[in-house]
Amino acid sequence: MTTTSLPLPGTAALAALPVPAWRRTLRRAAGHRGLLIGSIVLGLAVLAAVLAPWLAPHDPFAQDVTQRLIPPVWHERGTWEHVLGTDKLGRDYLSRLLYGARVSLVIGFVTALVAGLIGTTLGVLAGYFGGRVDAVVSYVITCRLAMPVVLVALAMASLVGGSLKVVIVLLSLLLWDRFAIVTRSATQQLRDAEFIAAAKSLGASTPYILVRELLPNLMGALTVVATLEMAHAILLESTLSFLGLGVQPPTPSWGLMVAEGKAYMFFQPWVIMIPGVVLAVLVLAINLVGDGIRDVAAPDGRH
Amino acid sequence: MLTYILRRLAVALAVMLTVAVVSFLLLHLSGDLATAIAGPESSAADVEKIRVQYGLDRPMVTQFFEWLGSALQLDFGRSFYFQNTVMELVGERLPITLKLGAMSLLLAVAVAIPLGVAAALYRDTWVDRLALLVATIGQAMPNFWFALALIVVFSVGLKWLPVAGNASWQNFVLPAVALGYYAMPSLMRLTRAGMLDVMGSDYIRTARAKGLSPARVVFKHALRNAIIPVVALAAVELGFMLGGSVVIESVYSLQGLGQLAWDSIARNDYPVVQAVVLIIATFYIALTFVADVLNAALDPRMRTR
Repeated sequence: MTTTSLPLPGTAALAALPVPAWRRTLRRAAGHRGLLIGSIVLGLAVLAAVLAPWLAPHDPFAQDVTQRLIPPVWHERGTWEHVLGTDKLGRDYLSRLLYGARVSLVIGFVTALVAGLIGTTLGVLAGYFGGRVDAVVSYVITCRLAMPVVLVALAMASLVGGSLKVVIVLLSLLLWDRFAIVTRSATQQLRDAEFIAAAKSLGASTPYILVRELLPNLMGALTVVATLEMAHAILLESTLSFLGLGVQPPTPSWGLMVAEGKAYMFFQPWVIMIPGVVLAVLVLAINLVGDGIRDVAAPDGRH
Repeated sequence: MLTYILRRLAVALAVMLTVAVVSFLLLHLSGDLATAIAGPESSAADVEKIRVQYGLDRPMVTQFFEWLGSALQLDFGRSFYFQNTVMELVGERLPITLKLGAMSLLLAVAVAIPLGVAAALYRDTWVDRLALLVATIGQAMPNFWFALALIVVFSVGLKWLPVAGNASWQNFVLPAVALGYYAMPSLMRLTRAGMLDVMGSDYIRTARAKGLSPARVVFKHALRNAIIPVVALAAVELGFMLGGSVVIESVYSLQGLGQLAWDSIARNDYPVVQAVVLIIATFYIALTFVADVLNAALDPRMRTR
């Protein structure tokens, strides 16, 4: 209808305007294969985690010694009763896998959020104020990078006692470095931009400039780092749980499932293959989303 | 250049001191060491006895400076668990971890550089996509799981290599592959990016215009420049790998520094844990220092930063 009618007075200029930037970004995002696949897999994982109680065919904690180490359904001894088989205590593997998605995703999201808060605060302050503030923050980043993450996390978890909460706190305190490095250099580039000068000349307070003017411009870079660190946190949680100092049994964590299956891997390799592959696929999906966002946000600066 | 090196060295030493303070504080503040050593079933009197025996009753500051004073002379005290000094234990284990680290790095570089060069030369073809796929998978796999999968395939299935131990060089092959695959992706991506950058530059066009053979242009002119940041990153990656060796060594029962740290954590043997954290951090600091100096020596623009 609008195509046939004459343009209303004054709207001709509007029609000549290019497609809004966010629409173009959205269009590019839809055409990006990696981003699409990654988002779908990540979306499915979130869905599985949220709907675990309804999706799981069995109670993930229910043990049954008569049903130990049943192989998955594609194996000749497999049954449809336990699609992915059972573990050494006869617990349904699929159900534990679904509940395990909760552990991985919660740790990934919360760690990325808290670490992001710490790192961004440090990075923005260092980048904006420069000088002595920058020197101190850069020094703190250098020191943090020199600490071996896995070793420090293991030693601390052993003293405090491993648990979901402890893992989140430890990883949040250890994984903020990349957020700080990226926001610091991004802020340095934006510090002298005209819109910051404009806000200053309008009398805006420094906190206002940092939060309302600067931060929105960092969101693209922050999202990319957040996905990378989320993947990093998920891998580290599985490592800590695998070594017995992360999430404690009987909580279903994918790293813990690999640890529990380790003794049986020679004759029942699927007990470690299934949780490992799921873990790798989730991390891969998150990395694809991160890479995709980076490509879409900065199409010219690709690679 | 000399001022840059000296300034950078001062920072490196300060970072080492800070890491020493932080690791000391972390271990002493996050729990009561005496209770941890005595075990959960011991009486309060036993805990007190241990506290006095290990000198944990003294003020924290005294403990710290005493520890730091001897650590500066490379004396990290005695292990709580063994009769040996910490330095004896470390001296026994360090060569194994260094051997593992060196082999992993060599493997990672040997795969990453040719793959990165090929990906850059055949950009946007199946070669490029395969290289990116290999890198992306390497970054997504949990390394303890990849290590176990290698055992299942190559030791149990194909019976090519031993499962665990550190008797011969064959014992180091699987651990080095598992650890090296972890460092390979970033090295590959950097090689690829560097090659793409260099191949588009004017001097390469000149070299081509002169009629030099493509192989000569790529290997003599382009790779030489593209590889500088890769060498620096390789040094940093080696530092990361020494820290990450705790996981791989525990999977393969390699009796290296990582395994020592892991056992000591389980035994609440804190003098050892502290020493290993500091030693691994020192390696990392030294390697990043070398990388920075290398970068500065080869690229004068870096020195002003």
